[in-house]
Order: sequence, then structure tokens, then C-alpha cells
Amino acid sequence: MIKVIDPGFYTSIQDEGRFGFQNYGVPISGSMDDNSAEIANKILGNLTSEALLELTMTGCCLKFEKNTIIAVTGSDMNAKLNGSSIEMYNKIDVEEGDLLSFGRLEYGFRTYIAFQGGIKSEKVMKSRCMYKGITECFKIQKNDKIILNNSIKKSRSINQKNTQKLILSDNIECYKGPEFHKLSKENKENLLKKQFSISNNHNRMGYILNEKIKNNIKPIITSHVIPGTVQLTPGGKIIILMRDCQTTGGYPRILQLTNNAINILSQKMTNSKIKFSIKEIS
Amino acid sequence: MNRYNLKYFQYNNNSLLISWPERIDQDINNDVNEFKIRLERGFKYLLEVRSSYCSLLLIFNKKIENLNKLIEKLKNLYLSRKSSNKYDRILWNIPVCYENKFALDIDIISNQNKISKENIIIMHSKPIYSVYLIGFLPGFMYLGGLDVSLHIPRRKEPRLRVPKGSVAIGGEQTGIYPQQSPGGWNILGNTPINLFDKSKDVPCFAKPGDRVKFFQVSVDEYKLIEKQVELDLYELNKEVLND
Repeated sequence: MIKVIDPGFYTSIQDEGRFGFQNYGVPISGSMDDNSAEIANKILGNLTSEALLELTMTGCCLKFEKNTIIAVTGSDMNAKLNGSSIEMYNKIDVEEGDLLSFGRLEYGFRTYIAFQGGIKSEKVMKSRCMYKGITECFKIQKNDKIILNNSIKKSRSINQKNTQKLILSDNIECYKGPEFHKLSKENKENLLKKQFSISNNHNRMGYILNEKIKNNIKPIITSHVIPGTVQLTPGGKIIILMRDCQTTGGYPRILQLTNNAINILSQKMTNSKIKFSIKEIS
Repeated sequence: MNRYNLKYFQYNNNSLLISWPERIDQDINNDVNEFKIRLERGFKYLLEVRSSYCSLLLIFNKKIENLNKLIEKLKNLYLSRKSSNKYDRILWNIPVCYENKFALDIDIISNQNKISKENIIIMHSKPIYSVYLIGFLPGFMYLGGLDVSLHIPRRKEPRLRVPKGSVAIGGEQTGIYPQQSPGGWNILGNTPINLFDKSKDVPCFAKPGDRVKFFQVSVDEYKLIEKQVELDLYELNKEVLND
């Protein structure tokens, strides 16, 4: 068991997502940067479906009440065990009484902590992903107790490469969205040439950009959206939907991020710069 | 039986969007949901089908390798529908209390649309509504078929906390808030039943394509049903329609 001494700014339990309930209006959720999350589990030899912790902007402080093995991936927040720096993207042995803490954010925005065997928390609709109205809590709170699955199987860990290069990328690769063709030529050019920056309005549901583009498209009749869908509001605001997004929307869908691009964007914070590029679906 | 000209658009590596002519129309939505049911009976590699007013989103459990071949298969399936194929729709009868304590915006609707409160209740509980879509919030049903006399724009300033169970009107549609949430629709009543139960494998009793009708209950009846719901003793009245 692990005791939460300090939950940090926004720490939640995530897994690969809550699938099969979108027709009832339930968001998919899941790790924002699913590449870093998957690697954390693989380092420990866990199934990639095991639940882990997602930290946002600031680290948390955890006290271990049991020996285990952990792996820390994603954004570099200067992870420390009992005050001494630990290496990310590596198996770290942790003993009863040890304290895991974090320091300054070096790069990226979201860090993942995987535990051997994975987190055993409340499962609602086949997933442990925290989401308001679905799970009891939507984020980790002070004094919470995190229970781990007993890992019986002797797992074989796989060496994994660091995702730093991806995290630092500013290239947001997209497919054309269903309403892309309705954009004027000038708008298409602006969208793909201009540099954009992240506004202070960003979270697990979506990222709103600072810069606007002209909108020449009328709203659509409410239709489907998925994580990575880029919407254009009547006022010209650009909204990029993320893992906790609603299932439907009425704004034109101008672009669709690749999964890799969703991961890159998840590691961006207020005022980070990005550029869109078009990728053909191959 | 209508046949529509469908458009196919690859949304990402493993999803495909099928679009019907873009309008809110019961025949189109029926066709969308009928196609959905047939796809759910078995289509290779299909993980999930999501329906909306005039579109379906197909999500596959693997990358779409040959788009043209996939579209060809879907076109054939769409056109192969036999006219004898009828689908049972379920009509759900939902209790609503329209009394003042719940009907927070009934005066606004009455003044703006120049219709008496009594007539608002009659016109709202008369039609059989279609469940066009479940979205916005887990369990929020967008219901089509609202009488023109009740069409009213959304509130200029949304409420921060619309009470759970609120029955409301937004534009030409009506719906029920399954949980307390912010919202801009005009509230004319409240239902004591649960629209979303996260502990169930199928968390909503209704699905897109089903029908809904409201019936008026008094405050006392509301309280009784509320208690029955709490004790899991209330059974929602339903009928099978075959149209």
C-alpha cells in the first residue's frame, strides 16, 4: 500500500481507457500521453492495461508501506527517492518506508508512475480511469491510500527508450477533419503555416489555443468527436479535444490529431508553441 | 423505404465516419439506427458503432488497410436491407412533475412563447419523442419531436447548477439532465427516475432510436416514485412499438 502525503497539482489514476460506453455519452479517458504510460508499464513487465498514476505540472509525494518496484516516465519533474535523484525510464526498487517526491519541472507536463502489478482501484465500466461522475473521485487526494495488485508472475521487463525527443517536439501531425474541405484556401494556409500557442485554458478535456483563425464554416448538426478532434468555434477559436472529451459536438471538425500528436500535445503547457502539419492516412 | 446517398470519410487510422444528408429528421435518424443495428449483428473487426442525428462513427479494432474495399462492403450491406426488416423500438414512459418547485423556467417559456402553463404541460407530454442521440453528459438523451409552440432558444446565461433530473428545452429539442451540471436549457419539470446507472453493464435504459413519452405526476407522486427508485422498486413503464 502507498500513502499519499501530497497529491500535487492534479494527479489521477489512468489506464488505457473506458471503451464501449461512448454511445451512452461516457468519455474514453485514459493516459493523456499513452506512449509514456505504456513504456512505464513495459519497463516493469506489467500488462500495458495496468492502471498507473498521471501527474500534471507538479509532482506528488508518496510514502510506500510495502516493498515494490516502480518506473517513472514522461515529463521530467526531478523524481527523488528519500531525497536522492532517481533515474527515469528505469526499474527502481522501493522499500517499505521510502518516500518518493519530485522537484522542479524540467520539461514536458505530465509524468507517469507505474507500479509492479499495477494499481488496484475502483473499476467502473471496465476501467479504473478517474472521471467526474463516473468514479468516486476524479483526482488523487491527500491521505488517499493506493492499493497495488499482488504481482505473482515473475515479469520480464523490456528495455524502453526515453520519450524525451517526442515530448519536446512541436510538430502536431493531423489528418484532415470531416469539415476541413469547407475551410477557405486562406484559412487552410493560415492553419498550416502559422505558429500557434497553448492558452491557459487546457486540461484533460481539451486544449484551447491563443490564436484565432477566421471561421467561414457554419456549425454542423451535432456529430461525433474523438480525442484529437480539432474544432473551430463560430468566433474562430481553435479547440483540440483530448482524452476526457465529450462524445459529440456541433463545431466544425477541421483536423484530427494522430495518436502521437495527442501524446506530444499532452506534454505542452500554457504558451508552449505548436505547428500543425497534414498527414495522409496511410 | 428511403435510400440515402451516404458519404464515407476515414476519421483516423481505425475509424470511419458515415454521413447521411445533414438535417434533423426522424426518417434519417431511423435509417441511421437501423444501419447501426445491422452492423452490430456482425461486421468484421468492428469494435464499436456510435450513432448521432445523421451520422455513424465506426471504430475498428485494427487499422483500416483497404479503405475502398471496406466502403464497398458497407455500401453493399446498406443496400441489402429488405423492406420486411422491421425493428422493434421501445417506448419508455417517463414520469415528470411540472409543478412550480421544479419548473424553474416555465414562466419564461409561457411569456416568451405566449402559451399558458397548462398548455405547455399538455404540449410537452403529448408527443412521442425520438432518442436521436445520447451525449453531452453520460446518459443525456437528445429528444426530437418537440411541438413548435415550445421551441425556445437556450438561456443567454447558462445556469451553473441545473438540478439532476431536470426536464428542459433547448431550441427545438427536449432532454433530461442525468446529473447536476451546468446547462443553458430552459427547465420545465423534473423526473425522479435515474437516467444513468454506472453500476450496470448497460448504464442507460434507452438507446438511440428508442422512443420516449412523458406523463405528468403530482409532487406527492413524484416523492413516492423517488423513494421507490431509491429502493430499486420502481419499474419504468415500457411498450414495444413495431413501426
